[in-house]
Amino acid sequence: MNREIAVVAFAQTDHRRTSDAVSEVEMLMPVLHQVLERTGLKTADIGFTCSGSSDYLAGRAFSFTLALDGVGAWPPISESHVEMDGAWALYEAWVKLRTGDADTALVYSYGKSSPGSVRDVLTRQLDPYYVAPLWPDSVALAALQAQALIDAGTTDEPALAAVGARSRADAEANSHAQLRGSVPQGDYLVRPLRTGDCPPIGDGAAAVVLAAGERARGLCERPAWIRGIDHRIEAHGIGVRDLTDSPSTRLAAQRAGAYERPVDTAELHAPFSSQEVILREVLGLDDRVRVNPSGGALAANPIMAAGLIRIGEAAARIHRGESDRALAHATSGPCLQQNLVAVLEGDPR
Amino acid sequence: MSKEPVAVVGVGQTKHVAARRDVSIAGLVREAARRALDDAELEWADVEAVVIGKAPDFFEGVMMPELYLADALGAVGKPMMRVHTAGSVGGSTALVAASLVAARVHGTVLTLAFEKQSESNAMWGLSLPIPFQQPLLAGAGGFFAPHVRAYMRRSGAPDTVGSLVAYKNRRNALKNPYAHLHEHDITLEKVQASPMLWDPIRYSETCPSSDGAVAMVLTDRAGAARAPRPAAWMHGGAMRSEPTLFAGKDSVSPRAGRDCAADVYRQAGIADPRREIDAVEMYVPFSWYEPMWLENLGFAAEGEGWKLTESGVTELDGDLPVDMSGGVLSTNPIGASGMIRFAEAALQVRGLAGEHQVAGARRVLGHAYGGGSQFFSMWLVGAEPPTS
Repeated sequence: MNREIAVVAFAQTDHRRTSDAVSEVEMLMPVLHQVLERTGLKTADIGFTCSGSSDYLAGRAFSFTLALDGVGAWPPISESHVEMDGAWALYEAWVKLRTGDADTALVYSYGKSSPGSVRDVLTRQLDPYYVAPLWPDSVALAALQAQALIDAGTTDEPALAAVGARSRADAEANSHAQLRGSVPQGDYLVRPLRTGDCPPIGDGAAAVVLAAGERARGLCERPAWIRGIDHRIEAHGIGVRDLTDSPSTRLAAQRAGAYERPVDTAELHAPFSSQEVILREVLGLDDRVRVNPSGGALAANPIMAAGLIRIGEAAARIHRGESDRALAHATSGPCLQQNLVAVLEGDPR
Repeated sequence: MSKEPVAVVGVGQTKHVAARRDVSIAGLVREAARRALDDAELEWADVEAVVIGKAPDFFEGVMMPELYLADALGAVGKPMMRVHTAGSVGGSTALVAASLVAARVHGTVLTLAFEKQSESNAMWGLSLPIPFQQPLLAGAGGFFAPHVRAYMRRSGAPDTVGSLVAYKNRRNALKNPYAHLHEHDITLEKVQASPMLWDPIRYSETCPSSDGAVAMVLTDRAGAARAPRPAAWMHGGAMRSEPTLFAGKDSVSPRAGRDCAADVYRQAGIADPRREIDAVEMYVPFSWYEPMWLENLGFAAEGEGWKLTESGVTELDGDLPVDMSGGVLSTNPIGASGMIRFAEAALQVRGLAGEHQVAGARRVLGHAYGGGSQFFSMWLVGAEPPTS
């Protein structure tokens, strides 16, 4: 029999355009304290710790080692790190709890995008021999995808603008969001994408506590049970993919059981408005589903934490009783290359 | 709830060299993966998930290279994860892959680690200037040399021990066709006469910078039953981390290493590692770390590790062979070095280690560490399936 595993606590920073005054560790520390406080656990009580971050954002090798000092890894802890969004750190922790080796896990991730030019930095993710030397930036690649959608008749610029406007209006209720309220759609950044179709650049961190079985019930009044979680990757070459589709999201959603019953909430990691259009279609989310009530990545997109935040936001709605069955999604790579889907449920009320 | 037993049924590595200018990063990793699949007599379609590891992205200058490598590793349409835990990453990557099997999330997983250091300069990749931190402009050797000196002072080890380890490992490497350094004319005198780099670490007592990749196919009980060659069974595996620098840190014998070994031995039912473990593939990037880790891993009492080395116990034909493959001292594609230890341990208990095979090796420890001696990952593999 498989162990039931739940998200029992979630915390995040206020996401900001710059955070010059604090180091990554200083940015992360309050979040770690908050998430542990919410469960009453101490570092030494945690069975497994896993984090996600990127050396390229930090501009230094082994940047995660300093964050570990912030965790307070003494006595030594069972710990691991993925050079990925924290959503994948959560996946690794979920697997660890499934083996029975641990009953609780602390998952965190963080990213400071402000020191560099994110559009330039992300080009370094591309094939280093044939593509990266051309410096095609992340917005330009997303614009190709958006144009492909428009050409296919799936969407148009007003529909994309509506996605941006809805996200930022929803973010009004999210004190952590970076862009809130009535934000103009703005000028073209790379046609057909306007600034309002693109994520803000910002710094932030997030943390989650997972627990298995009865342990979860003891730590949280209404745990957000992970009913299924899966992730899939697609080919790297943009030219060999149908950019209007997301087969990896479909596969992950199938494996996570997302299609078995409708969800009431979906937190989608769609840094570009056009990507929400694709994800809604692939995931079969109709207007009855509350999509990105947090404002989503268009309101705050701290790279390496934004995916984990989607899981955290979905779980928090279940904790608060605002959702019974929620879907959370995280993405990585250019044009939705890699996607993770988790289905979370609360106990029946 | 019982875990699924995890078996290693395929191991593949590249011939490690200073620069593989004939292949791209993708070509390099595919070579190791293909060899692991051939060993297991499996195809790309048999692999359900890929777990990949390497040390900092700055070593090749590619951010999150798993994205670019998905196609080369047959991962399209599959789950693919990227682990990074500094020098211990190769071991951690294997353990994450093993967890996927142990938790019954997947039946067969490909795990791989690599470094193509010729794409950049590792020493400067580790030496980027960071505000408000002490500059570490001397690479890893400069960081570890004071800890070696502390060990010598604490244990009273004579200053000849380090060269013995280097001489042994370089000779072992001659028996390993995949090892980077094949120094056919190596002598103890040559090691001892090599230039002093970071006192007491001499040039011949340090690891090379290598291009290389290693891959393993991990599978469940059913997969092992179908495997054409003997499997190595995982009897225990653990990771431990502690902070980089703090007042209570024992840099000579970090507690995280001791705790990690103790956890592995507990899982494997090992009460006396010195007697019950047949050989060790140990992460020894600087020769003195052999006696240091012998103590940290519980093979010798504190201050006694160097005596095992000096008396020949750790030689290939000794009572507790260490680094039969030549070890990190002979081959160091950093991100892969930990997984090579794990893979070589598996080859030993499978009886497939070739010329550097330890006769009758039944239980072998694979060990990796990283950061400022703060990240540890280890596994113990056996020729027989675990009983519990």
